[in-house]
Amino acid sequence: MANFYTDIPEIKFELENSPLMNRIVELKERDFADKDQYAEAPQDVADAIDTYGRVLDIVGDITGNIIAPNAEEVDAEGPHCENGRVRYAAKTYENLAAMTDAGLNGVTMPRRYGGLNLPVTVYTAANEMVSTADAGFENIWSLQDCIETLYCFGNEEQRQKYIPRVCAGETMSMDLTEPDAGSDLQSVMLKATYDEGNDCWRLNGSKRFITNGDSDIHLVLARSEAGTKDGRGLSMFIYDKKDGGVDVRRIENKMGIHGSPTCELVYKNAKCELCGDRKLGLIKYVMSLMNGARLGIAAQSVGLSQAAYNEAIAYARDRKQFGKAIIEFPAVAEMISNIKAKLDAGRALLYQTARYVDIYKALEDIARERKLTPEERQELKQYQRLADAFTPLAKGMNSEYANQNAYDCIQVHGGSGFMLEYACQRIYRDARITSIYEGTTQLQTVAAIRYVTNGFYAQVIEEYLAAPVSAEFEGIHRRIKEMATKLNVCTAAVKEADSQEVLDICARHLYEMAASTVMSLLLLRNTLQAPELFAKSMNVYLLYAESEVEKHFNWVRHMNPDLAEIFRQA
Amino acid sequence: MSLRIVVLAKQVPDTRNVGPDAMTPEGTVNRSALPAIFNPEDLNALEQALRLKDQNPGSIVIIITMGPGRAAEVIREAMYRGADGGYLLTDRAFAGADTLATSYALSTAIKHVMPDVDLIIGGRQAIDGDTAQVGPQVAEKLGLNQITYTEEVLSCKDGKIVVKRHIDGGVETVESALPCVLTVNGSAAPCRPRNVKRVMQFKRALCEMELPKDTTWADLPYADQYEKKAYLKLGQLTCADVNADLSQCGLAGSPTKVKNVENIVFKAKESKVMTASDDDINGLIQELLASHTIG
Repeated sequence: MANFYTDIPEIKFELENSPLMNRIVELKERDFADKDQYAEAPQDVADAIDTYGRVLDIVGDITGNIIAPNAEEVDAEGPHCENGRVRYAAKTYENLAAMTDAGLNGVTMPRRYGGLNLPVTVYTAANEMVSTADAGFENIWSLQDCIETLYCFGNEEQRQKYIPRVCAGETMSMDLTEPDAGSDLQSVMLKATYDEGNDCWRLNGSKRFITNGDSDIHLVLARSEAGTKDGRGLSMFIYDKKDGGVDVRRIENKMGIHGSPTCELVYKNAKCELCGDRKLGLIKYVMSLMNGARLGIAAQSVGLSQAAYNEAIAYARDRKQFGKAIIEFPAVAEMISNIKAKLDAGRALLYQTARYVDIYKALEDIARERKLTPEERQELKQYQRLADAFTPLAKGMNSEYANQNAYDCIQVHGGSGFMLEYACQRIYRDARITSIYEGTTQLQTVAAIRYVTNGFYAQVIEEYLAAPVSAEFEGIHRRIKEMATKLNVCTAAVKEADSQEVLDICARHLYEMAASTVMSLLLLRNTLQAPELFAKSMNVYLLYAESEVEKHFNWVRHMNPDLAEIFRQA
Repeated sequence: MSLRIVVLAKQVPDTRNVGPDAMTPEGTVNRSALPAIFNPEDLNALEQALRLKDQNPGSIVIIITMGPGRAAEVIREAMYRGADGGYLLTDRAFAGADTLATSYALSTAIKHVMPDVDLIIGGRQAIDGDTAQVGPQVAEKLGLNQITYTEEVLSCKDGKIVVKRHIDGGVETVESALPCVLTVNGSAAPCRPRNVKRVMQFKRALCEMELPKDTTWADLPYADQYEKKAYLKLGQLTCADVNADLSQCGLAGSPTKVKNVENIVFKAKESKVMTASDDDINGLIQELLASHTIG
């Protein structure tokens, strides 16, 4: 009886051991205003945290005992397109039923709409576990967080109409990408026109690469302003499948995440509702949608890294060569230690980001109910900036780590890993998309680089470094400080060069230096509190991060405008 | 039509994962080495009850379990999954009961808490005793029809129930008038997971027996909650509460006497123990090839 929550103490640690957690609960529960109105509402902080653990225990049970055992069959069968509709793999329905029976929908929504009112941090942990079980199913289940965007920007009537349905288990999708609008969403052409006669909007055109495209409730990015060509002509719409008008033309044949149907959609005069204001579709609402989705992919990536670790260590303990288990060979043990170190460091970054998101989103929500105090406004600004700065780090780095870990997991399996017999091959294929969708790692770098050049990461690193450290870990602390110094030297050198080309070509390197330093510090923080869980990974990760920073340091310090030019490709 | 359903469940040691320390040197079960769980087939039974409740709005599902205070966990687990409430049948007088005395105690409890019961559903058998006697004996004590080896309830309407039974060599569909007793097979649908809102609501539910020694409800953390929410105090019944005849309860009411427990070691010559090592498997393959069993 596997349980992905109780089997993985690091998740519980992240849930219970941050000083930010109390603040998150207070904000999210509005000083426990719901406690007399809803039987399920917590009485105080300790009660809420106890509940979070129990909720995740249920997720751990379902993921370990239902979703994970179904994963292989779902991967092999995949979804089907029949008469313009999607039929999931048979076991996907079983997974969905289990999650719905357990009431794990509308996880972060307020209780008045039927939601669980849980923090993003708890939802993230659930997401991670679902992904460990089956990353493809995680896509379908976690698209429920599109409801956040509808909650934030839709009107009260739309909230009351749609949120309870999502809480009851209806699925969602975000229809953004088109054949000629992938990373560049400004080019979206799906046409939205106002139907005067019926007093509603209509959608015409097509979309591509839409995850779970036959969902019950779609958020659609479409061009509402005829004649415009850029992002300012785009608005967000809600399409209700009950109204009809959107068909699935085909399902993509993908390398991985087979359980998740990726659809080409055709809109034929489909009735829809405007969500929020016209023209803010891309510049405001999709940005919000994407930030939530990026945190989701970070969680999916950490879940995959955990799966890679589970498979690698199980195989290495079992497989014997030269008369002993292969885990006893240093070359194999090093790979497994590195997987675990990147997993623990990436997870620390994931949950820190989730906590930052929680505080700012809760404050933002409170601001809808009442005027914030000046202190709260300051707090909101601070955490929003942290969330914006950390989200691209968490998404980019964890997705790259998931790929590296899946690669090493196959390597541990040797020839057997290349055969399609072990779960590692599915993890390897599933991981590949994480560094691509919801913004490639290259685009995460674009989102993050301003926080390198304006010194924001350096400032956060400085604050982290100022925390007290026990004598035992002073050496580690000193080494991380040196990493921070190298980041600062490189940042100064790039700014000195005063060349956009140098900055662009160095961006990924600076991004990784900052991320490695931040993750080292977060892992140190965890290690100080729970050395039995993290000391090993701390030491391993530091060796890795230090050598990465050194590598980037050498790369960046040799860069100049002339050298940058040789990378240009015709 | 709305149904009144009693589910019978038992807390059992998890005998599916028996380790070397599962027995004490005295030959009794080492309960600390074996986690206490909801008897697996009783979960299948609960699922059948909850499905009937889903299909028949207004139905009530009550769980009854007999055991010490800690067995109340079974009631909470059932409530997390959808049961409306439950009773812990607990009394020193019930201790040492065999299946007959257990059935007697359960039947008196059912008569007490739900005299107008439509369905009594339990697992086929418990994994610690494997007798499969309690369900049928409860039916006898109450003078009700019984359907054993239930795999699926096909319909339940107009005072009749149609059930698919999983029996040796096939399946059988039978019909019975209500009220009746069903015992459910492990091959029936697995029980639904715990529901998070119900866990939030009932996580603090307790039986009085579970209160630490010398404490009252008022001494518990969140004591006001027990005042405000009556459902947090789980039902608890003693021998006197259900008017049970003491001579039919516990050891006194148990004709079964355990004289001796022996370890059975199979000594048959045909059996051969192998490990999963390559050597052992290769050896077996060679042997089977030599005897022309394969190849």
